[in-house]
Amino acid sequence: MSNWYDTNQEEYKSFDRDILKRLLTYVQPWKKHVLIAIVMLVISSLASLTGPYLLKVAIDDFIKAEFLSIEERYSGLVFIAIIYLAAQLLAWIASYYETYFMSWAGNNAVYSIRQDLFRHLQKQDITFYEKQPSGQIMSRVTNDVNSLSELVSSGLTKVIGDILTLIAIVVIMVSMHPLLALYSFVTLPFLLYLTFGFRNVIRDAFRKVRAEIAKVNANLQESISGVRVTQSFGREEENLKQFDETNYGNFAANVRAESLFSMYMPLVDLVGAFGTAIVLWAGGWMILNGGETNGLSVGVLVAFLGYLDRFYRPIKDLSAFFAQLQSAMAASEKIFAVLDTQPEIKDDGILKLPPIQGEVRFDNVSFGYEEAQEVLHNIDFDVTKGQKVALVGHTGAGKTSIINLLSRFYEPQEGRILIDGHDISKVTIESLRSQMGIVLQESFLFSGTVMENIRYGRLDATDEEVVLAAKAVNAHNFIMELDKGYETEVQERGSKLSVGQRQLVSFARALLRDPAILILDEATSSVDAYTEVLIQKALDRLLEGRTAFIIAHRLSTIRNADVILVLKDGQIIARGTHDELLDGSSYYRELYQLQFVE
Amino acid sequence: MNVLWRLVQYTRVYKYWVILGMVSMLISIGLEMLVPRIIQHTIDMLVDARGDISLLTYAALGIILVVAVKGFFAYWQRYAMVYMGQKVIYDLRNEFYEHLHELSFSYYDTTKTGELMSRATQDVETLRRFLSFGLINIFSNTLTFLIILGILLNIHWKMTLLTLAIVPVLLWVIKQFTGQVRPAFGKIQASMANLTSTLQENVTGMKVVKSFAREKHEEEKFHVVNLDYMEKNVQAIRLWAFYFPLFNFITSIGTVLVILYGGREVIAGRLTIGEMVAFELYLLMFLTPLRMVGWLTNLANRAMASAERIFQVLDTEPDIKDAANAYELEDVKGRVVFESVSFRYKDSERLILEDVSLVAQAGQTVALVGATGSGKSSFVHLIPRFYDPQAGRILVDGHDIRDVSIASLRSHIGIVLQETFLFSASIRVNISYGVTNAREADIVNAAKVAGIHDFIASLPDGYDTVVGERGVGLSGGQKQRVAIARAILLNPRILILDDSTSSVDTETEQQIQKALSELMVNRTTFIIAQRLSTIKKADQIVVLDKGRVVERGRHQELLANSGVYKEIYQLQFSGQEEARGQVNTDE
Repeated sequence: MSNWYDTNQEEYKSFDRDILKRLLTYVQPWKKHVLIAIVMLVISSLASLTGPYLLKVAIDDFIKAEFLSIEERYSGLVFIAIIYLAAQLLAWIASYYETYFMSWAGNNAVYSIRQDLFRHLQKQDITFYEKQPSGQIMSRVTNDVNSLSELVSSGLTKVIGDILTLIAIVVIMVSMHPLLALYSFVTLPFLLYLTFGFRNVIRDAFRKVRAEIAKVNANLQESISGVRVTQSFGREEENLKQFDETNYGNFAANVRAESLFSMYMPLVDLVGAFGTAIVLWAGGWMILNGGETNGLSVGVLVAFLGYLDRFYRPIKDLSAFFAQLQSAMAASEKIFAVLDTQPEIKDDGILKLPPIQGEVRFDNVSFGYEEAQEVLHNIDFDVTKGQKVALVGHTGAGKTSIINLLSRFYEPQEGRILIDGHDISKVTIESLRSQMGIVLQESFLFSGTVMENIRYGRLDATDEEVVLAAKAVNAHNFIMELDKGYETEVQERGSKLSVGQRQLVSFARALLRDPAILILDEATSSVDAYTEVLIQKALDRLLEGRTAFIIAHRLSTIRNADVILVLKDGQIIARGTHDELLDGSSYYRELYQLQFVE
Repeated sequence: MNVLWRLVQYTRVYKYWVILGMVSMLISIGLEMLVPRIIQHTIDMLVDARGDISLLTYAALGIILVVAVKGFFAYWQRYAMVYMGQKVIYDLRNEFYEHLHELSFSYYDTTKTGELMSRATQDVETLRRFLSFGLINIFSNTLTFLIILGILLNIHWKMTLLTLAIVPVLLWVIKQFTGQVRPAFGKIQASMANLTSTLQENVTGMKVVKSFAREKHEEEKFHVVNLDYMEKNVQAIRLWAFYFPLFNFITSIGTVLVILYGGREVIAGRLTIGEMVAFELYLLMFLTPLRMVGWLTNLANRAMASAERIFQVLDTEPDIKDAANAYELEDVKGRVVFESVSFRYKDSERLILEDVSLVAQAGQTVALVGATGSGKSSFVHLIPRFYDPQAGRILVDGHDIRDVSIASLRSHIGIVLQETFLFSASIRVNISYGVTNAREADIVNAAKVAGIHDFIASLPDGYDTVVGERGVGLSGGQKQRVAIARAILLNPRILILDDSTSSVDTETEQQIQKALSELMVNRTTFIIAQRLSTIKKADQIVVLDKGRVVERGRHQELLANSGVYKEIYQLQFSGQEEARGQVNTDE
């Protein structure tokens, strides 16, 4: 789902050379394309400027040249027409290649930035994702990269073209008639003020408009999602009042911005009219007061009027370019900040964890998500191959932290975690996690078919193996009842399947992986009785013959566990089987009564 | 056409703005036509070197004056139309919003939020552009085109006819352009949507990705969509790069004709240089409206389609409405009666509830038990009239709920829905959602009863902490307790608790249960229960199976019956019971 009603404010940043340099490294591999684009740009800019000059030649040298014969004057016009047409044709072709080559280079650069960003995001720790909302991370890869794309794919060459065009016009005008050129430039400061000064006021007004419309859309989005609650509580009128306020804010911002903009165009036209009037008057005066002796002909005057007209566009483009540059700078800064974030958990060693047997040892492990706040203190335990370990305790006792450490989503501040005697911080993450199966509390399914989702556990599994895994966890029957069986699309977040069915699919996924160590955060959601039975049976099958760590929410789980670790405030305060603990630990008994019994 | 007419109705309220815009447009177009004429005469004067300085001064001042006055009217033209367009959109948006709040649950069952959002944002935006810019541009462009055509014919009709030859060419190219470029940009959007959803899935499923060490696989997936987006962009720009400068090229053919033919005519003495220059200037003004033809027809078409989509929503009648002579339901005791109620969802053949009758005395607790899909949720949704039954009737204190106003009915009913929804506002606002001007003490009290006060007090901003989608994230259990506090503050006579403890752990659930039992005292309560203790305490247990009431009574009675209830009980609750037994014997 795209976030076009994102409430994020746009940001702007002034020019930063280092950022631009870094941005340009992405364009570097395509420098041949850029070079061709620039050459094409020069050609098309110059070719499209020939018009007024050719008109001048046509008027002065042929139309008005009464000393030439009619035939000579006619053929002269044909000659001018051919050159004019050729120049325009050239401008068309060159402009096509310029845009094409530059957009090729620019879009490839944008592709690389996006891919780099995504690759880097894959390397980030879980912490990174827990610290910021997913919308913000998404916005880096979509909106921020998009706001670069215009700059790198057209902006950079456009600015060269615009400057070139401006210089060319000045040169042509000065060489045709220096004095009249001087008169022509009188209005320039006003034009510059309008485009760079007034234009900014307008731009700010339109930024306000975008912020206001984002508010309207956010309000709408929330109102629609919560409409059932609103109706239940009879809050319709109050909501409408609030919406009306936001809606009116948007209306007012729009009218203000548009009002400014409505002034802008007439003002630019007026400055243009002054320019025309001055050139016409001064030029006319010179012609009347000296005729052709001061080098000013009617043709030159006409050409001047033509060039004056063309002066405005590049200036307008330049002002747009600076706005583009500002927002691109802000976007790049955020993008590079992500790229410069180093994950804390990295592969230091290149050692691969050999095939896991299944012995796990926590050696005096202490850990805190924040340095100052330890949530686990001196955790010490040994698990032999094939044992089922149940973790119990109140919310915040440290159950989740233990499995987070074992899967190396985090690293302990003190102590070591050993699998088959290997310190897990010394082996590659890939070799560790590829031998572990982790089943999360919320069964997340990817969009795609049921088949693809189960296969996520082992990408090279055959269809038969997938079906076998599904059968083993009792998922096969309900899958076959779906519209298209295994080829049914589960949609985003598996919305078509029930909670229980999603769990079964995620079990199948874990089973297919056939991990040596299984980590399971039992789901707490209640499912209907029939599904509950299916899940329990599936669990038995899934746990068979593996070392397993389970954050337990089911009665049957703690009963079947080989060892239960009872956690309180980050410490293991008791351990043993269910029966042993019922006898030996009053804390466990209380906990048991509270969590597993009514 | 019908749609257009209806759209015009919205603008009628602002007809004076429309008139102002139109009149200003006429004046500004008229003035715009003068400038080339002034230039023409000045040049002709200079060519013959006959005029004097004062004429020249008049010309220069004339140009400035004409453009200034024209600018004044151009401003008012634009401002008036923008004001009108924005105001219409503002009205339309409010109407849309209000209507959304009138539509019944059944509408939201079948309509996705995203779909409504795209109507309220993209479609409304298209309409805005059409009303503010499209409408007036259609008039002004047609007018400009016709007036200039007249002027050109007047200057030199043969040359006009000659240059008109490029018009069909230009139109043909514009048709090609819009026909090819629009789908190309559509493809870019589709590709971006694809990229975004791939990314979103990756970010939300990151824990799974990492658990399965599938980073490389994800990278490959992303590469495919990223590359596709890049290619779609280059393809579209390529088309654009071809066509856009082509317009300039075609326009320049017109200039070439003026130089060639016009030049000859000047040499032959049938045309002045001034006229030739003016002709060229008018020609450029003449072709601009043509270049906008593609944009305008496209905008108009899209606006009509958008208007249709918006009206479609506005025309949807809510299924549930106040009866014509609905009266206020006051002083409710809480007796709820179902009389032979049958219900099915719209567009569905299957009966969800079939001939269900029930009497709940004021203050009683009714527990609904049954498998998923047995009709429990539908049952409770009928009481506040989220849906109306097809047969039978429901009475509250003897009043048929279809005879009383919906607002008054719902003001007596507190509902904690299956999915807890909090608004992006402070906790205070969320708790006092159903009550205007709630007292601070009452809010705190409600939070205390719901067992959430201590947690709220521990937050740095306390009751002012902003929660919801754009605020602090609360856990499922905390959200539910805020929702319960919301229901408590409402102090309703009838309470509906729909499966409200489905996604929290047992410990939290118990806290919630405790809060709920506080809440249920002295209120008629309908509860869809998962927990045995709640069910045991109920005055009435209603067992639903495929929409029919198969058993009813108290816990012990039903167990003795050895019916469906006992089966469910054994499957679902015996574990809990057994465990309790174990603890009890241990002690």
